[in-house]
Amino acid sequence: MSPTDAAHGSLEPPAGAGAEDEGGRPLLRVRGLRKSFGSTEVLRSVDLSLDRGKVLALIGPSGSGKTTVLRCLNGLEIADGGTLAVGEDVSVDFASRPTRRQLAALRDRSAMVFQHYNLFPHKTVLENVIEGPVVVQRRPRTEAVADAEGLLDRVGLAQKRDAYPFELSGGQQQRVGIVRALALQPALLLFDEPTSALDPELVGDVLGLIKELAHEGWTMVIVTHELQFAREVAHEVAFVDGGTIVEHGDPDLVLRAPQQERTRQFVHRLLHPF
Amino acid sequence: MSQATWDLLVESLWPITLGAVRGTIPLALMSFALGLVLALVLALMRLSSRWWLSGVARGYISVVRGTPLLVQLFVIFYGLPSIGVVISPWPSAVIAFSINVGGYAAEVIRAAILSVPKGQWEAAYMIGMSHRLALRRIILPQAARVSVPPLSNTFISLVKDTSLASLILVTELFRQAQQVAAFSQEFMLLYLEAAGVYWVICLALSTVQGSLEKRLDRYVAH
Repeated sequence: MSPTDAAHGSLEPPAGAGAEDEGGRPLLRVRGLRKSFGSTEVLRSVDLSLDRGKVLALIGPSGSGKTTVLRCLNGLEIADGGTLAVGEDVSVDFASRPTRRQLAALRDRSAMVFQHYNLFPHKTVLENVIEGPVVVQRRPRTEAVADAEGLLDRVGLAQKRDAYPFELSGGQQQRVGIVRALALQPALLLFDEPTSALDPELVGDVLGLIKELAHEGWTMVIVTHELQFAREVAHEVAFVDGGTIVEHGDPDLVLRAPQQERTRQFVHRLLHPF
Repeated sequence: MSQATWDLLVESLWPITLGAVRGTIPLALMSFALGLVLALVLALMRLSSRWWLSGVARGYISVVRGTPLLVQLFVIFYGLPSIGVVISPWPSAVIAFSINVGGYAAEVIRAAILSVPKGQWEAAYMIGMSHRLALRRIILPQAARVSVPPLSNTFISLVKDTSLASLILVTELFRQAQQVAAFSQEFMLLYLEAAGVYWVICLALSTVQGSLEKRLDRYVAH
């Protein structure tokens, strides 16, 4: 058995993808990110940084811009200004429109898990997972299949490899969504409200899996409304409101004893909805 | 029904069926295949952000859908020779029907592409696909499923429209019926027989459409 065989199905983050030079710099570095939709300013100068192996939870009211921040990190939204760097070799300055190559590099470093899963309905579970590795990353098919099977096994979906997405529950679909992201071997995992579309009894499974990934050492940015989960899993919490980061720090501090009035109100509303 | 009428009905079934097998069906299939290729190109042009590309496609679709098929057919077969372009009946018919199908099917395909949820594009981009790759591997297969029912309708219409080719001397189903009718003077009988054969062809196509839809349906949540 070769070393790569042993790694099949591992949930552990890839050692590569810019890990060569640690240099003490954070993996993710965001400076002055701005974004407007028409005349609506959604992001007004967002600064963020995140060390390798850390988990950042983005919380905030709907329409605050937290999802837009996440989408900018994957190039699904093109920021109007500011800079964004992932690892040592990907850096984009949005003063000018990013080139195709820059966008491709950005997407190569991160992978996203969507609120509504966005699995490909015409492809089986396995085909969903290997599509990126085989078609985009041009890895050998047998290797990609072996990796995918290992990952599916780890999330308890090995027997579903030939099922179509519509045959799965929401929780199963989201676990496939997570496996699809992991199979890309990104340096950074992005979660956009991964449990918001799930029935309450299925939320636990998915949160449990994300927690496991956090323990395995993946670097993650998670947009979530689950404050309890954020407190348990995240190393840092950032409260986003009005297109800026209002408060940022240790989850216990931000969620238990917020310094800003807006944060206080938001946390209070979530913890005491009635 | 008299014995003579019955005999004529049976005897004429052979040339009419031959007209269908050698004329109507290959004419429809060929025109549909070419028309679909044209339609896909037009649909993508129409969705392009470059104004001149979408403008050309929009103009084309507007002209094709805004003029009668019979006129298009006559322009190509009887009109073009006056500027020195002579095309024989069969190719003329294929060209006219392809142009026509292209215009109609383009709108079907465009709508089908637009009906694929935005999240599918995003997931495709997320895994690193370019626009072109996303279109080919993720969006078009899903759009194809959506467009099967409307495109089947387009094809069934086309099969019936090929009867117009009889007017530019293509030997197809209806022209065969016309010829037997002229010879025997049994117009009612022969035209009803021709109608019956068209109906049987379209019935068969509807069955194919049904099973195709059922097969493609299994990828969709209900």
